[in-house]
Amino acid sequence: MNEKTINRRIFNNKLYKIFVSSFSFLSIIPLFLIIYFVLIRGIKYINLKFIFSMPKPMGELGGGIFNAIVGSFIIVGVAALIAIPIGIMVGIFLSEYKEKKFTEIVKIFVDTLQGIPSIVIGIIAYLWIVKPLKQFSALSGSIALSFIMLPLVIKSTEEVLNLVPVDIKEAAYALGAPYHRIVLKILLPSGSVGILTGTLIGISRILGETAPLLFTAFGNQFLNLNLLKPMSTIPYLIYVYATSPYKDWHNQAFAASTILIIIVLSINLLGRFIEKKWKT
Amino acid sequence: MENIILKIINLNAYYGNQKVLKNVDLEIYENRVTTILGPSGCGKTTLIRCINRLHELSPGARIEGQILLKGEDLYQIEPMIVRQKIGMVFQKPNPFPTMTIYDNVIAGYILSGIKLSKEEKDKIVEESLIKSGLWDEVKENLFKKGTFLSGGQQQRLCIARALAMKPEILLLDEPTSALDPVATSVIEELIIELKKSVTTVLVTHNIGQAGRVSDYTAFFYLGELVEFGKTTEMFTVPKSKKTEEYLIGKIG
Amino acid sequence: MRKDKVFKIILLLSGFLIVALLSGIFLSLVFSSIPSIKEFGINFLFSKDWDPVNNKFGALPFLIGTLLTSVISLLISIPFSLSISIFLSEILKNKLISNIFQTFVELIAGIPSVIVGLWGLFILAPFMRTLQLKLGIQPIGVGIFTASIILSIMIIPYSASIGKEVISMVPTEVKEGAISLGATEFETLKSVTLPFSFNGIFAGFLLSFGRAFGETMAVTMVIGNSNKIPDSIFSPGQTMASLIANEFTEATTKLYTSSLIEIGLILFIVSMLINILGRLIIRRFKF
Repeated sequence: MNEKTINRRIFNNKLYKIFVSSFSFLSIIPLFLIIYFVLIRGIKYINLKFIFSMPKPMGELGGGIFNAIVGSFIIVGVAALIAIPIGIMVGIFLSEYKEKKFTEIVKIFVDTLQGIPSIVIGIIAYLWIVKPLKQFSALSGSIALSFIMLPLVIKSTEEVLNLVPVDIKEAAYALGAPYHRIVLKILLPSGSVGILTGTLIGISRILGETAPLLFTAFGNQFLNLNLLKPMSTIPYLIYVYATSPYKDWHNQAFAASTILIIIVLSINLLGRFIEKKWKT
Repeated sequence: MENIILKIINLNAYYGNQKVLKNVDLEIYENRVTTILGPSGCGKTTLIRCINRLHELSPGARIEGQILLKGEDLYQIEPMIVRQKIGMVFQKPNPFPTMTIYDNVIAGYILSGIKLSKEEKDKIVEESLIKSGLWDEVKENLFKKGTFLSGGQQQRLCIARALAMKPEILLLDEPTSALDPVATSVIEELIIELKKSVTTVLVTHNIGQAGRVSDYTAFFYLGELVEFGKTTEMFTVPKSKKTEEYLIGKIG
Repeated sequence: MRKDKVFKIILLLSGFLIVALLSGIFLSLVFSSIPSIKEFGINFLFSKDWDPVNNKFGALPFLIGTLLTSVISLLISIPFSLSISIFLSEILKNKLISNIFQTFVELIAGIPSVIVGLWGLFILAPFMRTLQLKLGIQPIGVGIFTASIILSIMIIPYSASIGKEVISMVPTEVKEGAISLGATEFETLKSVTLPFSFNGIFAGFLLSFGRAFGETMAVTMVIGNSNKIPDSIFSPGQTMASLIANEFTEATTKLYTSSLIEIGLILFIVSMLINILGRLIIRRFKF
């Protein structure tokens, strides 16, 4: 092996490291670019009035996004109330009935559910809720979002329950405890942090979802608290304002995005933080 | 008179702040089998990982001191060259799962992009497999995946892979710890056989194995070289109390 | 132990619920697509006429738009996502830095699609327009290529984290085997690590392709919403998802809605197949 080939190999190795590192760093630049531009264009329009007042009619300057903020919290809250209990039950099922063939099928179905494009979920909520009730409604939006959140809760529950040591369960069995109490009083509490993480990540995900709301919750210029009526949400408002021809609405879209991105990323980071804290 | 091929001078090795080898001075003789013996955690594996410069790949690992191969400081040469001159066989057999038996043997050449003619390749494969005693068992299946072999065969394939690079020293890191007794004795016979062509450094915590195959033994305890000498002498009249305690099973 | 029995039944039912839910979704889509399937048959996939006024519908432009954007975005994303996988598993030795870097990568996937779209519409598209002017291409800004860039940003985290996971699964002793023979890190990667994890990495690409295939909001905002077959990668277009987002609430006739739902059905079937295939490959890899 002569010196020339050695040097070439060392050079190639360095080149590889430089290439891989720089492409990696380039890939996270969009994260900062997006956050930077959204914040820089949005933050100056954010004030208490923007948060707490209602939108002005189309074309008029000013106004706020109070109805959309309230709407987002209601719709996401209802979606979480649907998805969390069902998700936890399915998660328990998957981790407790591991050997069954049926469990494998359910697992594949959960994966598939997670892979369905969110716009298709929107169609389903439209067909199942909006069409029979003959009107757009917050409830249909919540149901669509719960379908998106469901697989996330299921998977984090299953994963964390699989990590609970067998001897904890066996100790409980040895004490003669009935099965449902073992699951609810021993397994679930020892996995609660993982479930919380999954829930937070799920909420941060559906808080930003727009596509499934386009023809379910739709939007509403007014503050609405009725689940059976159309309701506005922050992401929906961003979409409508961004694609409108009004400069003022564009600015408001950036302001609303600033609020949304801060909420979503904070919840997301909080979820990760709790998970890391707990795992170590 | 023995020929010194490798000379370790005042070697200290660290993982982070933890000192795992302390002021080690050791000489390895050419075409002899030297055993590095000692209880687990005594730094024996670290020592041979220093010799072929694998130690430095672990996070926070560093060394002080010198290791001379025929008078040349190993830490002044490119690590890739050091590793080609000093082959290594690991605790767990680790043939490359995506390669055939044939490619596994010449893996060192494939990896570093050295072009060989078909004849050269065939020759190296046959020679190495004969040396490692595997040829008769695999010559019909050279183009099957190496992972289909038994554990002992896989380990001999790894020895063939190391021998194919024509190393000056072969490091064996507890090569039989994952094997059954029959496969172990095959490997032990192989080690004795290989002595003619290559210097061998064998790490083991198995006293019997050290006694059966090695000419020299270095006994390590808690990162320090306690005693070095001819295996036969050390095993009959150990100079150090520690060595004696280990040999009779009091520590370990 | 009646309570135990009830509890076990509830668990089993929750499993059935998932099966029922997915079957229900599939059947609803099929059922609602029937008018369109009856009217156009297989021609639906090969006709380029999307003409709501005359009640004639063909999905070809959107099939092409979807394939173009997802293939281009996948191609753009590969060098980046593969680099991240390798960077995180092989090059960054410091655990803390590696964790922080990975969090950054995953946060990209956490940004709401509509905000990525907003950024694409108001920052990337004008930038593309200037670029196109300089290159002498018709300066539209939005279009297939801009959508592909946006998509590639969004899918990189998926294939990167799957790739990182499978590369980390390559046993250390196998990699050390290569290093001990005198191979450099690059040679080890090329001849040992990547061949070993190839299937898993491929599955990661497949799953991220599936993501790009069904991604809606960001694409809708930057693709230009033109229902014609794009004549270059810089022209405006429409994907299946963006078409549904744009026209579903405007669909006035039953056939129109049904055609849109049939496109949803295609999206569903393709993403289901991609998902099952990808997960199967990953699962086989893990055992």
